Amino acid sequence: MFKRENVLDINIENYNVDATDHAYVENLSQIESTDAKQLLDVGVDIDESSRIGTFIQKDNSVIHCKTRRDGIEVMGISQALEKHAWLSNYMWKNISPDTDKFTLQANKNSHGGYFIHALAGVKTKDPIQSCLYIAKEKFSQNVHNIVIAEQGSELHIITGCATAPNLVSGLHIGISEFYVKRDAKLTFTMIHDWGEKINVRPRTAIRVEEGGTIISNYISLKPVGSLQMFPTTHLDGKGAVARFNSILVAGPGSFLDVGSRIVLNAPDTRAEIISRGISSGGSIIARGELVGKVAGIKAHLECNGLILNDGLMQAVPELSGYVPGVEMSHEAAVGKIDQQEIEYLMARGLDEEEAISTIVRGFLNVDIEGLPADLKKKLDETISETQKEMM
Amino acid sequence: MLQIEELKVEVGGKSILNNVNMEIPKGQTHILFGPNGSGKTSLMMTIMGFSGYNVTHGKIIFKGEDITEMPINERARLGIGVSFQRPPTINGLTTRNIVEICDINHSADVDELAKELNFTDLLDRDVNRNFSGGEIKRSELLQLMAQQPDLVLLDEPESGVDLESIVVIGDTINSLLGRQIKCPQTRPHKKVIGDHAKSALVITHTGHILDYITADRGQVLYNGILCCSRNAREILKWIREYGYEECVRCSNEKTSWI
Repeated sequence: MFKRENVLDINIENYNVDATDHAYVENLSQIESTDAKQLLDVGVDIDESSRIGTFIQKDNSVIHCKTRRDGIEVMGISQALEKHAWLSNYMWKNISPDTDKFTLQANKNSHGGYFIHALAGVKTKDPIQSCLYIAKEKFSQNVHNIVIAEQGSELHIITGCATAPNLVSGLHIGISEFYVKRDAKLTFTMIHDWGEKINVRPRTAIRVEEGGTIISNYISLKPVGSLQMFPTTHLDGKGAVARFNSILVAGPGSFLDVGSRIVLNAPDTRAEIISRGISSGGSIIARGELVGKVAGIKAHLECNGLILNDGLMQAVPELSGYVPGVEMSHEAAVGKIDQQEIEYLMARGLDEEEAISTIVRGFLNVDIEGLPADLKKKLDETISETQKEMM
Repeated sequence: MLQIEELKVEVGGKSILNNVNMEIPKGQTHILFGPNGSGKTSLMMTIMGFSGYNVTHGKIIFKGEDITEMPINERARLGIGVSFQRPPTINGLTTRNIVEICDINHSADVDELAKELNFTDLLDRDVNRNFSGGEIKRSELLQLMAQQPDLVLLDEPESGVDLESIVVIGDTINSLLGRQIKCPQTRPHKKVIGDHAKSALVITHTGHILDYITADRGQVLYNGILCCSRNAREILKWIREYGYEECVRCSNEKTSWI
């Protein structure tokens, strides 16, 4: 039987923090073809036609970085810290370096990360793409990312994380601090395709000011050794909104402990967490925590899990209200596919197998806001493939 | 079209249908009356082949083929279609998706069908999610219109439906069954109907649907036995006048007489 403790206990000493530098490429078409394929799988658009900016980091080196739009900055965090003295005020502001051994490691041996910045009032329709990529065996990639959407701006980021195809072991630690200022909107879509033995520990905190909106989509359909994350979002200003969607698939050997916490600190703030998980031999712990601190907030959490093969599918919804006048609710359901649904589709002419795959595809088909058409198509294909592999 | 012989069915070890015999010829619409719990829906689910309905005796013949042990989807492909009373919601699957699944020959114009059923606004929502009674019926009929089965099984098409919807539902059923009364355009009526008329078994508790559709015959199911088979309107008049008590008396009479 799968033991949770074995997975969660990672010995950081087993990983190296040194890597040789990779050369910068001017054009994404110059990226080695094996790497390029992995990037494509996590949503990177190689010809960059429908992306207004790109950031790609391989191991510890920023290998490509550019922006095509005035008022949008995309650069490596170390370069950004040199350029903007004020940026240090945004580092480690919401996450303490001594939170756990991973944050300690990220603070001690940092390998960069990205800085994405939308100046006040700048609204982008097309997304910025970023990718954090591990190619070196046994590497511990420790990054620190900062995203700032200034007042009234609109920013869409797609970030894909992947590893070289032959990589066996690796650790990714990602510290991310996002700031959504007054009336700004940040849509953040993260697609993970790590690898069967890779351990992943993102540590994320988000602050949203008055009238601001954060939409976060997280998609992990491919095998991953272990992933553990629980980003915290603070809705600090009146009328701030947070919407979190996640789609998770855990095949044999994968362990996902994924959730989000949203703290509603101001009146009229809204939060929604929707999580869909399928365990087909692996383990998923889908967490969600909503914290209502003031009256007049509304928050809802929905967590659905399907168990296709033996595995663990654990839904942990938590609601904490501190004052009267909070409106918070959750729905959680875990189980196998309902026989009634299968037979309903069979009565429309599908055989049992087709009916099950139709239900699984539908289950994973969460409407993801702001996804570009190419990525939506790619995602549908991946869902189809994943669904076939699960059966 | 459909022949049921000496059918006995158990659900969860409990006998639900005892010796049901029934025949629905091609092109005929039969109405199945019966009080709540008499086994009407169970009969329909058994004809369609749903799990949990165990046939312990007898057989079901459709288009000359014994389908008693046939999987659900093969029955559907052979030409049986069903409108459910409480269909399940399927996450992420829209009504449009399921109508396309029903449309095996890819010949239906989904948007046009939806327009006729006043369903356009709901087409791209998850099927059956938070649908009202009338919306469920219209969604089910939309699926059947795309499927075009030769035998249509309708479970309580009028229940939970507002007056406005029931007219649309009645019209659609008539059109589905090839029995709509519309001004014969260039062709004479007999050619419009021709061989297109479908067979149907319509389950009803109240009989209100008879105000909107025509029927060739009525049957009463009581206690798992078909205790009466005659003109549908006649049966309805009896039931409206005396309730199902009279059917009870009839069936008791029969048993004691045997």
